[in-house]
Amino acid sequence: MVGTKIVIIDYGMGNLGSIANMLGKIGYQAIISSEVGDIAGAGKLILPGVGSFDEGMINLKKLGLIDVLNHKVKIEKVPIMGICLGLQLFTRQSAEGTLAGLGWVQASTVKFDFPPKRSNLKVPHMGWNTVAIRKPSLIFNGLEKEARFYFAHSYHVRCDNQDDILATTDYGYEFASAIQTGNIIGIQFHPEKSHKYGLNILKNYVEAF
Amino acid sequence: MFKNRIIPCLLLSNKGLVKTIKFKNPRYVGDPINAVKIFNEKEVDEIAFLDINASKEQRKPAFDLIADIASECFFPFCYGGGIRTIADIRKILFLGAEKVTLNSYALENPGFIKEAAEVFGSQSIVVSIDIKRNLFEGLRVYDSCRGKPTKLDPVEYAILAEKIGAGEIFLNSVDKDGTYTGYDLEAVEKVSSAVNIPVIACGGAGSLADVTAAINIGKASAAAAGSLFVFHGKHRAVLINYPSIEQIRELIK
Repeated sequence: MVGTKIVIIDYGMGNLGSIANMLGKIGYQAIISSEVGDIAGAGKLILPGVGSFDEGMINLKKLGLIDVLNHKVKIEKVPIMGICLGLQLFTRQSAEGTLAGLGWVQASTVKFDFPPKRSNLKVPHMGWNTVAIRKPSLIFNGLEKEARFYFAHSYHVRCDNQDDILATTDYGYEFASAIQTGNIIGIQFHPEKSHKYGLNILKNYVEAF
Repeated sequence: MFKNRIIPCLLLSNKGLVKTIKFKNPRYVGDPINAVKIFNEKEVDEIAFLDINASKEQRKPAFDLIADIASECFFPFCYGGGIRTIADIRKILFLGAEKVTLNSYALENPGFIKEAAEVFGSQSIVVSIDIKRNLFEGLRVYDSCRGKPTKLDPVEYAILAEKIGAGEIFLNSVDKDGTYTGYDLEAVEKVSSAVNIPVIACGGAGSLADVTAAINIGKASAAAAGSLFVFHGKHRAVLINYPSIEQIRELIK
């Protein structure tokens, strides 16, 4: 939506610049911030993240962002999009760490675990892969048949409720690569690094969601 | 469907793009930002940027150049060269790289791989292993910062790197670099089979058939190439190129 203040949450975890760059390419100016005030005034939030689970939670706590985020997401119901680690932090916990996650979605984060016959698959799941839509969502508006997305992760989200899964991706087995519960949306791949296909996802989030 | 990556490996020297032969005689091939713009249009899978002088000259990574690259990169890239601290990595990732490549400092202090992976996750940490064949000892890790071979077995080093947190191995052959004679498939296969993390093969690609061989025979998760994607023809005229998605589909099945 035009005029909405988009805030990319800076918690020391990764490639915030590239998300702002891609949004800039389609004419949206996002604010990269770790300030409670900026986040409190946001109309749309993005929680990116490249890094480890506990480090992410520790940083959110250290910056004093947990309360404001809980308020924005659970009470105000402001849209938030988690990318990669950002999505995983939405879950209750992760096999990568010992700390509790934000717990906004009924899900946990688990490590890729292949049956022996697929054990030739490498972890991290690193590279380009496709998505299969499981549930219609505005986020996938205009998805091209050729669409492919960049993944770089060793852990993935496992939802309690299959109805929360928007899309799955096949790597040894089908895992949830996009999920949604109300105003909370999470994407395992990196739209900011997925050429025009990812650009389309970010555009959808900003304009239609 | 998951697809193996084809990765241009672009060497940086004094903020220009260069290409070497057997890690020597860097030749200026152009402006990195210009190359990034072309690779954007070609919908490249990923790019590996390696600053070949930073460690030798004990320089910090070129953060301003990384920022410029990131502002034009709508695809993943990793950056290597001169990284020696957690703060260096944090800054590079913040600027927009997905991954960093550790080489010289990891050789000096393997504990740094662990430290970095604990903070940034394995998926952000690529360990680059330069290899060189030695008449008497066979395949050895090459210390390109000091310009001499080490006693390390690359397979053992790759296994160690994986164990302490590396998310990917970038295996670069000194003997093959810039020669167009194909990858060192034996070395690629040995290392790929020894670890459970992705291995990127680099060095020697002279044709797209070599790329296919690195993946099918070498069992590499990704194939990287320098000369193949920056030069054209036997006189090595500079021409940034990259296969189309249709070509790639034919190459990797």
